[in-house]
Amino acid sequence: MLKFAQLQLRDAALAEDAVQEALVAALAGERSFSGRSALKTWVFSILRNKIVDLIRVQSRTTNVSALGDDEADMDATFEALFKDNAHWRPEARPFGWGDPAETLREERFWEVFETCLNHLPEKTARVFMMREFLEFETDEVCRELSLTVSNCNVILHRARNGLRRCLEGSWFAPGVSAC
Amino acid sequence: MLTCKDATRLMSESQDRPLSVSEKLQLEVHLAMCRGCSNFREQMNFLRLACRRFMQRRNGDDDGSSSS
Repeated sequence: MLKFAQLQLRDAALAEDAVQEALVAALAGERSFSGRSALKTWVFSILRNKIVDLIRVQSRTTNVSALGDDEADMDATFEALFKDNAHWRPEARPFGWGDPAETLREERFWEVFETCLNHLPEKTARVFMMREFLEFETDEVCRELSLTVSNCNVILHRARNGLRRCLEGSWFAPGVSAC
Repeated sequence: MLTCKDATRLMSESQDRPLSVSEKLQLEVHLAMCRGCSNFREQMNFLRLACRRFMQRRNGDDDGSSSS
């Protein structure tokens, strides 16, 4: 849970506070649980709300839509995948990744997956994780972070392509280790 | 004609909003002819699946982990 909060918030102290508060709130709730997993789900839903609150506060002080150097680098790398006519360069053409179920069973894959998430620039990662992990609708993510819809789309596309490229380089292509 | 670059944007957006009929049509025509982009689509589907699974692992199935 702590790892999850850290991934989202990129701040160890904030993440610890959020998890602690979620645990306290869950215990104070005096609900009865049929089992350990029901309790976990409940604590987790509280943690989700805490994370969202913190992101909301952070987004007031930082400009999420501002393009940082990291984001500009990612865009340049993306553009370089294509020829002048905007079709794939032969060497950059996406290849098949095999059987997804098999990959997702591999413990090592999840380490690479987390590393790749951590490689995403902070703001890009935040938008992506709100959408994919906290499962907000895209218009909610935009609203929470005061982004236009088209800006949101650009950021999500950037995140997905960055993650895709990282996984392709560090997991799906044997022998290549750089992200 | 849709370019590969445009197709990747549509494929990303299709995970966030329903595409219009004309967008869908253009995309399908492109994908039928373009191996790279159909692989890209499968990779996008894989990412979504991996994110869902990642959350399930965090949320209850991670009993063996010391951090929870």
